[in-house]
Amino acid sequence: MSINFKTVENSSRLDAKAPSGPLESKWKNHKKDVKLVSPANKRKHTIIVVGTGLAGASAAATLAELGYNVKALTIHDSPRRAHSIAAQGGINAAKNYQNDGDTIHRLFYDTIKGGDYRAREANVHRLAEESVNIIDQAVAQGVPFGREYGGVLSNRSFGGAQVSRTFYAKGQTGQQLLLGAYSAMMRMVDAGKIELLTRREMLDLVTVDGVARGVVARNLETGEIEKYAGSAVLLCTGGYGNVYYLSTNAKNSNVTAAWRAHKKGAFFGNPCYVQIHPTCIPQSGDYQSKLTLMSESLRNDGRVWVPKKEGDTRKPVQIPEDERDYFLERKYPSFGNLVPRDVASRNAKYACDEGRGVGATGKAVYLDFADSIKRLGQKTIEDRYGNLFEMYERITGDNPYETPMRIYPAVHYTMGGLWVDYNLMTTVPGCFALGEANFSDHGANRLGASALMQGLADGYFVIPYTLGDYIANNSLKPVSTDHDAFKASVVEQEERINKLLNINGNKTTLEFHRELGAVVWDNIGMSRTKEGLEEAIVKIRAIKEEFWTNLKLTGEKNTFNKYLEFAGRVADFIELAELMAMDAWHRNESCGGHFREEYQTPDGEALRNDDEFAYAAAWEFAGEGKEYTMHKENLVFENVKLSQRSYK
Amino acid sequence: MSKETIRLKLKVWRQEGPKVKGELKNYEVEISTHASFLEMLDVLNEDLIHKGERPVEFEHDCREGICGSCSLVVNGMAHGPQANTAVCQLHMRHFKDGETITIEPWRASAFPIVKDLVVDRSAFDRIISAGGFISVNTGSATDANSILIGKDLADHAFDYATCIGCGACVAACPNASASLFTGAKISQLALLPQGDPERKRRVQSMVNQMDVEGFGDCSNHGECEAVCPKGISISAIAMMRREYVKSYF
Ligand SMILES: Cc1cc2nc3c(=O)[nH]c(=O)nc-3n(C[C@H](O)[C@H](O)[C@H](O)COP(=O)(O)OP(=O)(O)OC[C@H]3O[C@@H](n4cnc5c(N)ncnc54)[C@H](O)[C@@H]3O)c2cc1C
Ligand code: FES
Repeated sequence: MSINFKTVENSSRLDAKAPSGPLESKWKNHKKDVKLVSPANKRKHTIIVVGTGLAGASAAATLAELGYNVKALTIHDSPRRAHSIAAQGGINAAKNYQNDGDTIHRLFYDTIKGGDYRAREANVHRLAEESVNIIDQAVAQGVPFGREYGGVLSNRSFGGAQVSRTFYAKGQTGQQLLLGAYSAMMRMVDAGKIELLTRREMLDLVTVDGVARGVVARNLETGEIEKYAGSAVLLCTGGYGNVYYLSTNAKNSNVTAAWRAHKKGAFFGNPCYVQIHPTCIPQSGDYQSKLTLMSESLRNDGRVWVPKKEGDTRKPVQIPEDERDYFLERKYPSFGNLVPRDVASRNAKYACDEGRGVGATGKAVYLDFADSIKRLGQKTIEDRYGNLFEMYERITGDNPYETPMRIYPAVHYTMGGLWVDYNLMTTVPGCFALGEANFSDHGANRLGASALMQGLADGYFVIPYTLGDYIANNSLKPVSTDHDAFKASVVEQEERINKLLNINGNKTTLEFHRELGAVVWDNIGMSRTKEGLEEAIVKIRAIKEEFWTNLKLTGEKNTFNKYLEFAGRVADFIELAELMAMDAWHRNESCGGHFREEYQTPDGEALRNDDEFAYAAAWEFAGEGKEYTMHKENLVFENVKLSQRSYK
Repeated sequence: MSKETIRLKLKVWRQEGPKVKGELKNYEVEISTHASFLEMLDVLNEDLIHKGERPVEFEHDCREGICGSCSLVVNGMAHGPQANTAVCQLHMRHFKDGETITIEPWRASAFPIVKDLVVDRSAFDRIISAGGFISVNTGSATDANSILIGKDLADHAFDYATCIGCGACVAACPNASASLFTGAKISQLALLPQGDPERKRRVQSMVNQMDVEGFGDCSNHGECEAVCPKGISISAIAMMRREYVKSYF
């Protein structure tokens, strides 16, 4: 089949604007060089912040403190409910409080390497620099991080690092950091500097003369389509993991804001880079609505196995030792059960594909603690993982002290997103993207505890400078929401909603979403092939066609209607899925979360092709039914040496 | 029907909008015992949509007990029968074949109904914006380890900070008081040295906002603690009272 798109090498549309000079001084110099906006002038500017997760809440609070007028929109009934609230494990920072040799350079290096050399050096270094300030800020806000008896902050170690640099608040780090940012934000609501607009879903980015000047949003309680104008728009709308239907993301996580901006000219970067987490509780039936993550730390004491025989339905305890295949220990003798996330995930999939998966669905592998319990005693295991075992039992009804856990990989994080330059601006002037919504500093794979760090660095410490520079350099004239661009957008959104409600077909939103998810999971998931991706495109197009002719929705538009919201989001996911397939199809290499079966080392590891693919792919939408254009931002590595991973 | 599937009768609160009268309506659903309570409602809604009827609106997002969106009164209990569990984490294996389940929204005048099982909890945001914060602008913080806080104290503050803002405490309280919610935030910040400079203003203004919003007074029933999915201790309310009294001296 033919997959057609245009390619622009070394695209002039992608000026990364990374400052020149040595890596260590780029950000410092940039901060010195940016233009400032006077307090009297800041008051004249309205900044629209869409999303109130870590990225959005931190940006809204900080910009309001600086004197801008902020309008903050969120789908949720309160900013505190954003998906960031669910992050468990922790947040990285190069504080070197443990005196174990951590430095900003080491955090930078680990992140670049962990991302399989597909991120921009200058951005990643800035992230490492700002990481330390985040911890200070959070502590000052009263975030109750874990501490030692002497009163200092505790750290734990996380995958991909040899130092202990992860700060945490029990298993609720995201919650505590978000509540910190939320409280800072609510203080500015009280001060009258933030107008909080809850239960609003952005449906369109409004541009005037090619510059972002506002958004159109649906009031999710009244159904009214509302208009908001401002000097800049910040998209802090999270990741698109829910394109897979089942993921560890919250149910409202979606791509709509980013996708609509994409259709208004914002290039979409590396859509095929997705992270799949190996230790999640497997699906138990068709009714399953989401997947729950179990901390990766479990692999420290649990042994992963499947029966050697295909279709073995005996209970795990009845399967003798020599009929079990501890496949990670067998294939990776030196790392064993502790191989990186992508390797562990892929191998679990292979075992299940061979018909050796366990549980009712055959889509699970065992994570067995019997040996550890024998060696260390139940008490020790309980101390280490008590709460996780409890959570597992709550969901599955099984007691992991007695029978092995069943686990399976699940989609967890999306490294791809809107392409941004060093200033976090998309290819639409005045439209910025922060947090998981941008194509990120994580390259082709994100290290644990680095998403919280990035969201907060973007919001607290980067955007205040780079947005000021944009405002100061552009003499933006006020725009009213009566402008034709706003009116046209409202009409367009109303028509789209009417269309969705009037199809009157036979299949529900959920049925379409599930069907899409299955195709994306099977073909653009843990392991991909040229043929599989081509097949995916055919299937996705068919789903799109059917969606717009056979969708069944009930209820009205001028009231709260969750299924109408979901329908609009699923429509966007379908389009995104096709772009993901195209991106994965064109990237003839394996890197990080993108594993193409055709490109692997003799050992079965991801085989990069740095000569041809050391670039970020930024996709330009040219109009419905028109060919995409793929712009290349060549990644230049001046400070690290590219190397091949090995975990044998 | 395998024994892993149960049949249930549901009585669900249906209400078209804030100003319309609502009523309990009867439904039937067949569901796997492995499904979660919210997945049971998903299945019901799929069935309703296929029949051309309007689905039941309810709040949900994380479905793992941390975002505080879900908010259902199940058989008269906020978040249902399982202790320390938000309703999204409740699984159907706790129900019996043939059982009747009544599902209602949070009921409190400060939480007006938006539709069906969805209520407006923005009053909680306004209580926080009245003082549930530490006034520190971005960039003005000192090094994190320059503030030493003993582990016991930090853990104690953390226990209050785990509140998910779901509002079950209000829904369960005979007086619809928001004291556990407000007390938890006040206690967290009162325990920490960072919260000290503003403690008087904070407690006065948050308590005042609680009254303005129309929440009732606390008369020590303790229902709030019993339904709290995070098991937040009612000692938060005592601490709030102490803070309040002290603030006038
Ligand atoms: C289970 C789980 C555990 C995790 N644990 C960790 C961890 O330990 N450490 C770590 O570093 N990372 C972790 N992550 C990743 C991390 O939590 C996320 O990447 C990060 O929180 C994303 O933050 P955000 O601000 O970019 O977006 P989000 O928190 O997703 O916020 C998005 C916001 O945008 C709003 N929104 C979306 N679309 C629209 C629209 N159209 N209109 C209006 N508003 C909109 C939403 O309402 C919300 O407010 C974890 C992720 C998961 C799923
Ligand atoms: S849905 Fe998030 S707490 Fe229940």
